[in-house]
Amino acid sequence: MLSRRSDIPLDRDGLSRFLPWLVAFMVYLAALALAGTLVLNTLAARWDRDVSGTLTVQIPPGAGPRDDDERLRATLALFRDLPGVAYAEPLDQGRLMALLEPWLGGMEATADLPLPQLIDVSLTSDAKLDVAALSRRLAAAVPGATIDDHSIWLARLVRMVRAVEALAGAILVLIGASTVGTVVFTTRTGLAVHQEAIEVLHLTGAQDAYIARQFASRAMALGLRGGVAGLALAVPTLLGIGFLSARLEAGLLPQLTLFAEHWLALAALPLAAALIAMLTARYTVMRTLARML
Amino acid sequence: MSTDDSDCIVRFENVGLRYGLGPEVLQDISYSLDAGSFHFLVGASGAGKSSLLRLMYLANKPSRGLVNLFGRDIATLPRAELPAVRRRIGVVFQEFRLLSHLSAFDNVALPLRVAGVREDEVERNVVELLSWVGLKDHLQARPPTLSGGQQQRVAIARAVIARPRLLLADEPTGNVDDRMAMRLVHLFEELNKLGTTIVIATHNETLVDKLRHPCLRLDEGRLSMRPGRVIDAAADMPAAGRRRDESDGSDETRRKSGKVA
Repeated sequence: MLSRRSDIPLDRDGLSRFLPWLVAFMVYLAALALAGTLVLNTLAARWDRDVSGTLTVQIPPGAGPRDDDERLRATLALFRDLPGVAYAEPLDQGRLMALLEPWLGGMEATADLPLPQLIDVSLTSDAKLDVAALSRRLAAAVPGATIDDHSIWLARLVRMVRAVEALAGAILVLIGASTVGTVVFTTRTGLAVHQEAIEVLHLTGAQDAYIARQFASRAMALGLRGGVAGLALAVPTLLGIGFLSARLEAGLLPQLTLFAEHWLALAALPLAAALIAMLTARYTVMRTLARML
Repeated sequence: MSTDDSDCIVRFENVGLRYGLGPEVLQDISYSLDAGSFHFLVGASGAGKSSLLRLMYLANKPSRGLVNLFGRDIATLPRAELPAVRRRIGVVFQEFRLLSHLSAFDNVALPLRVAGVREDEVERNVVELLSWVGLKDHLQARPPTLSGGQQQRVAIARAVIARPRLLLADEPTGNVDDRMAMRLVHLFEELNKLGTTIVIATHNETLVDKLRHPCLRLDEGRLSMRPGRVIDAAADMPAAGRRRDESDGSDETRRKSGKVA
């Protein structure tokens, strides 16, 4: 029968009308930064999984096909006898051509080139090979043959990816700090504007928490509204970036794909924005009121 | 006059108040009010009546001296305990201070809601009280749409809804005609009979002379007292209406006096 309104007329604040827009902008940027972080993290993990525990042995062309076969057999024998090697098989000509195709073109262009032979070696998970000593042994057995230890370039690549990830994380933190600053400013203004109502509430025996709850609820509602709007803008942007990266078909560029768990993390952003807004408003009100009688 | 703090609702000792670096608007105020007493607070404009009331309803802190309410020294009272003390005080502000975006119902419900009273109980009590003050048909009316007298009744209803032990009213008859003024004062007297300590700040000397309650007089920030005729109103108090904590029949609580040092 009797409707209930907030004791403080916060919905009449001109300033609080801008809060959802600011939060929407923050969540939009945060969604892009978070998506970047998640994609890079997946990429680094995939590289690590695919390449760690493997070696590639390269045998340069010898005096002739017979010599090539002998050098290949000697190398395979050396690796297959080693403890910790799970698998050692030469790459067939077709796969080799496929690897070179992005740089050198089709089969007709590479048919006459003297190509090295490659051996794909997989190590067991507990293998601890001294790659330097093994390289020396290999060079003595098969002159000119070299071992490509993927962990060296992989470590550099992963380091770079982690640095970019850290940068994206720092951007996320800055966005969070900006959101907090905006909510603090809006809340303080609200406290000043509604000083009269707040004093009446205090004098009727309201606890600070009772007043803070009203500001916090309002900030949460505005934060959620802005967050949903920001995410709604970010989703088509991310889909567009994914579509463009897929169309590039460049072998060097990794596939920028977001998985289900990534979308879930992005969907949590409006909730996080609402939570940050609520907690910030509550803290600001409690802190400001504590200075009053 | 009480000598025991347990019967003393308000006690001021050598209280001074100044705003900022200005002169003292209240000087060496020392007085005490017994539970169940009824006092007028009089004085010329600018004498410090509102300032004294603001100290009593804890809107300001004194610049010096001791303020003791309900046996608690306000200076040493932790901030977290202030709301509990304030809930025992009802205030009728001179300018009403109703929240204009809320209905009459919501304004009167405020003290109950901040005290965490259940909503069904809030509704029952507020509707009953607003009906009693003749505003049953204005439950959802916003203050700006009410007349001065109606706003005053809403303000009074808000002040008394939580059954305060101390009721402070700043010029509650300032905006109404003499007939309405007498009616409102009789309302306060009824509350007083139920055990509420009342202090009414007023300019209305006719009213003060007519009712003969003890009178606190402020003159340039200094307090003096004129005793009133002894009214043993507690004897008329219905037993069911007495406050549990004041219904012990103690003679001390029936004296209804104040003391100015």
